[in-house]
Amino acid sequence: MSESTFTGASRYVLDAELAQIVNVSMALEMPLLLKGEPGTGKTMLAHAIAESLGMPLLVLNVKSSMKLVEALYQYDTLTRLNDSRFGDSSRDVSDIEAYIKMGKIGQSFAADRRTVLLIDEIDKADTDFQDDMLDVLDQMEFDIIEIDKTIRAKHRPVIIITSNAKKDLSDPFLGRCNFHHIAFPDPKMMRKIIDVHFPGTSTALVEAAIDAFYGLRQIEGVEKRPATRELINWIRALQSDPDFNPKRLPKGDLPFLGVLFKKSQDFEQANRQVQRRARY
Amino acid sequence: MFIDFFYKLKDHGVPVSPTAFLTLHKALSQGMVTSLDDFYTVSRAVLVKSERYFDLYDQVFAHHFKGSELPDTEGLALDEMARALLEQWLQHPKEIADALGMDEAELQRLTPEELIEYFKERLKEQTERHDGGNRWIGTGGTSPVGHSGYHPGGMRVGGESRNKSAVKVAMERRYKDYSLQGPLTAAMMGEALKRLRHLRPSGPKDQVNVDKTIYQTMKNAGEIEIVFDRSLKDRLKVMLAIDNGGWSMDPYIPVVQTLFDYARAQFKEIKTYFFHNTIYETLWEDASRYKKPVPINDLVRRDPETRLILVGDASMAPYELMAQDGSIYITERSGRPSVACLQFLAKTFPHSVWLNPVDSRQWRYTRTIQIISQIFPMFELSIDGLEKAIAHLQS
Repeated sequence: MSESTFTGASRYVLDAELAQIVNVSMALEMPLLLKGEPGTGKTMLAHAIAESLGMPLLVLNVKSSMKLVEALYQYDTLTRLNDSRFGDSSRDVSDIEAYIKMGKIGQSFAADRRTVLLIDEIDKADTDFQDDMLDVLDQMEFDIIEIDKTIRAKHRPVIIITSNAKKDLSDPFLGRCNFHHIAFPDPKMMRKIIDVHFPGTSTALVEAAIDAFYGLRQIEGVEKRPATRELINWIRALQSDPDFNPKRLPKGDLPFLGVLFKKSQDFEQANRQVQRRARY
Repeated sequence: MFIDFFYKLKDHGVPVSPTAFLTLHKALSQGMVTSLDDFYTVSRAVLVKSERYFDLYDQVFAHHFKGSELPDTEGLALDEMARALLEQWLQHPKEIADALGMDEAELQRLTPEELIEYFKERLKEQTERHDGGNRWIGTGGTSPVGHSGYHPGGMRVGGESRNKSAVKVAMERRYKDYSLQGPLTAAMMGEALKRLRHLRPSGPKDQVNVDKTIYQTMKNAGEIEIVFDRSLKDRLKVMLAIDNGGWSMDPYIPVVQTLFDYARAQFKEIKTYFFHNTIYETLWEDASRYKKPVPINDLVRRDPETRLILVGDASMAPYELMAQDGSIYITERSGRPSVACLQFLAKTFPHSVWLNPVDSRQWRYTRTIQIISQIFPMFELSIDGLEKAIAHLQS
C-alpha cells in the first residue's frame, strides 16, 4: 500500500472493519461517506486519521445556505474596492489574484502535502451543491472564473464526508463515494471508549454509568437519544460530585439527567420513566 | 469474478451499479482483499450505499458464501426444486435413482407426496455448495436438477458453519433495525419528527427582496418594481383528525399524538379531533367522542390555509361511507353521506392529507380506501410516507 495505513489514534477507538474501509478508500482514492447516529464518532474519525497519518486536517462545515464557490475560493471584491479607493495597501489592485482567497476545498488542493479534508454534515446543503462538489472532487480541479485560472490538486486529499440524515443522498453522489454506516457502539466498545477518555477512573463507576446509560437509551418516544458525547460529559459530572456513590446508579437514582437529555420534553419523559423504574 | 454475487444483490433489491462493481475489482486487483472477511467489508463499502440495505446485503452475503437461507422464496424454491426432481424421476427413474444413490425399487414404493418430502430431506442434508465438488445439484449438464434453468446459486440449503467469521457476522443481521419500512412506532419518533420539521412556514409575501428588486428595476429600465418574498415569521396552523374507534388504530394513536405534540412549538396552532371510521357531520374534541362535538360546517370559519391531516385506516363497510345515514351510531343521522362530508372537508381545506397505517400494497383490496384516497391524497403512516405527505402539504 502507498505511504501509510491507518490504524487508530490516541483518543479514538477504532474497530477493524472501519479501519479497513478507510484504508481501501484511501487506496482507491475515493471519498468515504460516513453515516450514523450523532455521537458515533463520524467527525472524530477524520481527526483521528489526520493525527495518526500526520497530515494537516481541513474542515469544511457545510451550511444550508452555502454555495459551492464558497468552499472553493472567494473573490474579495470589497477589499479590492477599498484598496483602489484609498490605495494604502501593499497589494497590487490591478492583480485580481491577490484578492482571491481559497476556501477549504481550494486549500486542500493547493496544499504542498497530502491533507485530510473533512466535509462535515453534507446533508445540510441542497442536492445541487452535493453533486457539483463531487464533480470537483472527482476531477480534482476547478476554475477560478475571475482570473481564468484552473486550480489542480497537487496531492489528492483524503476525503471524509459525514451525513446525519437517514434520507439517502442523490444517486450520482453515492456512486462516487464509498459508504459506511457507523452503528452505535455496543457496551463493550463503549467501555473501551470510556477507558480512553478516563484512564484512571474506578471501574465500578464506569460500569454502573454505562449500564445506566444503555438503560436510558431504551426509553422510547425521545427525540434525541443521548450519545457518546453525553455519556462522557455525564461521567465527568458524576466524578466531580464528591457525594456521589456508584452503587446508587443501579438502584435507579440517576443524578444530572439534564446532561444526558437536553430537550425539555425528552428530559421530562426520561425523568418520569426513571422515577417509575425506581419505584419497583 | 463474483458476478453471481453481484446479480444476486441486484435481484434482491440492493441498488448496485456496474461502476461500483468495477471499483470493487480495482480494490481486488490492488491486492487489498485477502480473505472473505476483507471481501465482506470492502464490497459492502463499495457496493452498498445506504445502511437501509445492509441487512439485505448481510442476508445475500451469508446466502451466497455459505448457502444460508434467504427469506421469502425459501419454501417455494425447495418445493419447486423437489417437484422438478419428481418430474425427472417420473421420466427417467433409473437415472435419478443413480444420481441420488438410492435404490430404484425403494423409491417406487413411495407416493408422489412422500417422494417430494424425501427429496426435500435429501436437499436439506446436503451441506456443500454447488461448486464445492459435489455437483449433483449444480451447473453440470448431466445433473438432474440444474438443467431446468434453475440458478445453481439459488439453492437454499442450510448447513453447518464453515467457520468464516465474515459469514457469521453477516448472519447476525446487525442492521435489521435500519430498514425504514413498516408503520411508525415509538422507536422511530426522532426520525419521524425530523421529517415533520420540514413542514415549514410559508406565510404571506410581504418582505421586500432588495436584490431582486434592483434587478427587476434595471430590467424595467429604471421603472421601480418591488419584489416581495414570503415572510419567515408566519407559522402554520394544523388540524389533526384521528380515527380512534376500533382496536385496529390503537397502536398508532399515541405515536401520532406524541409526534404532533412534540412539534407543537413549530406550529401556530394545532387542534386535534377524533372520529370513528369516517367523518359525518361532527368531529369530536374529546377522545371518547361524547362531550365536545364540533360540527364540520363550523370549520368553514377556519383559515383555509390550515393543514388538515387525517389519520385512519379508512377501512369500513362501504355503506358507512356511501349511504345516507350510514353511521353505525344511531345518534349520528344527518342526511348527508359521509363521502360528501369528506369531499366538503377536502374542498374547505385544500392542503390536506390522509395518513394510513395500512401497508400501501394492500390499499387496493379495500374498497373504502380507494374511495377515500380519491378524495384526500393518501400516504402510508411510515417514515417514508410521512416525508411524502409533508412534501405534499408544503406545496
